[in-house]
Amino acid sequence: MADVKKHDTPMLEELKKGPFPSFVDDIEAKGLKGKQECLDLLGQLELSYKHKETHWKHGGIVGVFGYGGGVIGRYSDVPDMFPSIAHFHTLRVNQPASKFYTTAFLRKLCDLWDNRGSGMTNFHGSTGDMVLLGTKTDQLEPTFYDLTHQMGADLGGSGSNLRTPSCCVGKARCEWSCLDTQAICYHLTQEYQDELHRPAFPYKFKFKISGCPNDCVAAIARCDCSIIGTWRDRIRIDQKAVRAYIHGELKPNAGAHADRNWGKFDIQKEVIDLCPAQCMWLEGETLHIDDSECVRCMHCINVMPEALRPGVDTGATILVGAKAPILEGAQLSTLVIPFMKMEPPYDEFKDFVDKVWEWWMEEGKNRERLGELIQRKSLQEFLRVTELKPIPQMVKEPRSNPYVFWSADEVPGGWDRDIKEFRKRHAA
Amino acid sequence: MGNASQELQRLIDFEMEQGRENMDVSELLQKPYDPELAEKLYDPKQPMKNRITDIGPPHYAQFFPEVIKKNYGKWLKHEIIEPGVIKYTAESGDVVFAIRCATPRLITTDTIREICEIADKYCEGHVRWTTRNNLEFHVTDEETLRALLDDLKGRKYPGGSYKFPVGGTGACVTNIVHTQGWVHCHTPAIDASGIVKAVMDDLFEYFQSMKLPAQVRIALACCLNMCGAVHCSDIAILGIHRKPPLVEDERINGVCEIPLAIAACPLGAIKPATVEINGKKIKTVRVNEERCMFCGNCYTMCPAMPLADGEGDGVAILVGGKISNRISAPKFSKLVIPYIPNEPPRWPGVVKAIRKILETYAHDARKYERLGDWAERIGWEKFFEKCEIPFTEKSIDDYRLAYDTYHTSTHFKWTIHTKKFE
Repeated sequence: MADVKKHDTPMLEELKKGPFPSFVDDIEAKGLKGKQECLDLLGQLELSYKHKETHWKHGGIVGVFGYGGGVIGRYSDVPDMFPSIAHFHTLRVNQPASKFYTTAFLRKLCDLWDNRGSGMTNFHGSTGDMVLLGTKTDQLEPTFYDLTHQMGADLGGSGSNLRTPSCCVGKARCEWSCLDTQAICYHLTQEYQDELHRPAFPYKFKFKISGCPNDCVAAIARCDCSIIGTWRDRIRIDQKAVRAYIHGELKPNAGAHADRNWGKFDIQKEVIDLCPAQCMWLEGETLHIDDSECVRCMHCINVMPEALRPGVDTGATILVGAKAPILEGAQLSTLVIPFMKMEPPYDEFKDFVDKVWEWWMEEGKNRERLGELIQRKSLQEFLRVTELKPIPQMVKEPRSNPYVFWSADEVPGGWDRDIKEFRKRHAA
Repeated sequence: MGNASQELQRLIDFEMEQGRENMDVSELLQKPYDPELAEKLYDPKQPMKNRITDIGPPHYAQFFPEVIKKNYGKWLKHEIIEPGVIKYTAESGDVVFAIRCATPRLITTDTIREICEIADKYCEGHVRWTTRNNLEFHVTDEETLRALLDDLKGRKYPGGSYKFPVGGTGACVTNIVHTQGWVHCHTPAIDASGIVKAVMDDLFEYFQSMKLPAQVRIALACCLNMCGAVHCSDIAILGIHRKPPLVEDERINGVCEIPLAIAACPLGAIKPATVEINGKKIKTVRVNEERCMFCGNCYTMCPAMPLADGEGDGVAILVGGKISNRISAPKFSKLVIPYIPNEPPRWPGVVKAIRKILETYAHDARKYERLGDWAERIGWEKFFEKCEIPFTEKSIDDYRLAYDTYHTSTHFKWTIHTKKFE
């Protein structure tokens, strides 16, 4: 055993049991091979289990020269007990879009992190970065130099800047993807490196790109600007495969329900009746879709993937303003652009983003997310600054109160009136 | 880039024309890691010397397996051939199997090296992670698939847990997305990794099978900041505080901008105040405790206003949210259990509550019906009754737009909450 000190961790010991991978076993084994930080982390975690409170101090501003993000300062509040993790800063490393790796990349990253830090990571952080968990202040610059010079990698976002964009697997492996999700993700990340590394925004800003309305990166719930693939032509139908589903020759939903007996597949009950637009019907064994009524929810395609495919005139629906609860409550993104082609060089989209950022940077208060600014200033104001035309697709239903903010130029004669003239017609 | 499909090559060529610097890092990666290079290059007195900045992430396509590169944009169909194994077929007839394994997200470089060893042996040196912290290995033939599955099954930690359990596809409980908790965060009300481990141990059979009515997405966030964005999950485990912030008068001026701390409160419950300490007048703040909703935003802005409390903190359970646009629109999770105490190391109260909800749903819901759609169909009053969760005033909204959730019709069902329907 290496020259390390293991703490007594009886409660964490309980988390070695059971079938799901034990982070305690992993971290302890790493510690016993010579990483005191791992053992100290478990020691401090055991103390948290005892006190039911965290033992990490609040923040601390650390970083690398020229960047205002990518490093999260972290200090133990019990450094005397666990000196190797007294300083324990996190680095966010921008992941390759959709998180494919070669082992050459990962092994070198492991060598780097064993040398520079604790050997512990999050693969991945919630936003998508590779998270290198725990190092000392004097190792930050060398880690950054190692990343840029030896890995061709760079830091991701933190603080009031553009956060690391992320995307689903897209056309790399999914037949439903209507977008080149990696390409869009990569391009935006590269084009906005300045915004990503140097905080100039009121608060964080996130892009996420999903290839279809199944939304595997949860773009609609998690980001200020959600880019979600869709199509504006017909669902492609293979009637032979439809019949194969009807006759039980193909597994519904690609086998996703295989471990329970749900009875014989019933296309009427399982597909047609569940269609939210009620735009499908059978004639004999031929499936018909009124595509003009379709809302592209993906259910029929999910259930019969070999019979149905998204159309070929593909693009993105753009929605804005999603966020978690702090401060004004959680928000989902609001639909503002029903369809936009997303092809290199993506100029139409970037023009839109420029307008959004300009407005938000001008009007947004400190720590106000885009979705909150839209709530405070109105969706109408957002549409004016982004030069988008109001369309009914933007609302679930029209307003039910009559409190319209008319402007003077919308009313004949404007608002300049003379009370004396008024009184000539109406005695007081 | 090897033999990329035309569609992919076009995208690569476009970025090449933009002059990106890390389109191909293979030469860099061939060189072994040099532990002394940074010290030679970095000079604290001249911080711009040898500095490379704003190169962004390496281009994704160089990390794709060959079969992915070749068939990019040309995939035709997929099938889950068994839990955790998805077979994709391309227009070319090429096939790739994705083998999905859960990870605890918090992993060491030794585990990553072991993943590399597996990927080198079976997958030509490629591996992928999903948004929900699953690993995906890719192989192109059945024989390698079987060998890989056998190999993965045999890999265990000393305590007996699987290192790379296969599952997480189709109508299952897939891996939990979660935050840092007590492992590495300064604002948590609960741990993350420990609760995830306890819950996933209990629901392991549902991770490795596909017998639920639809997929069930569980997420954990260790405080209301929700780095884990649990607000649209089928089942959300949320860390909450229940005691107002303490105010450290002696320290607040040194570490906080008082106006920012005051402005941080969404309810205007923080007011400026002056106190006398050792005969000196000190500017500080006071909290209207009646008004506090324990969001912790003040602590985020001001380290001298801590909220954490071993007795006060714990777990809230929210259910019925979803992300996908499938059938019904995306929706928020709703608060059904306002508080379960922290019970380390294995949180039995949380584990039990989640199992009860999951099994009631599994038994009761229709095929394809997500948890939230089921609750809406039967009515939330029935949800509480069936799941045997006491309904309390804590589940009635009293924040912004609360009125939107009030029931303004005469449609309701008779349950234990009213006079029961006989």
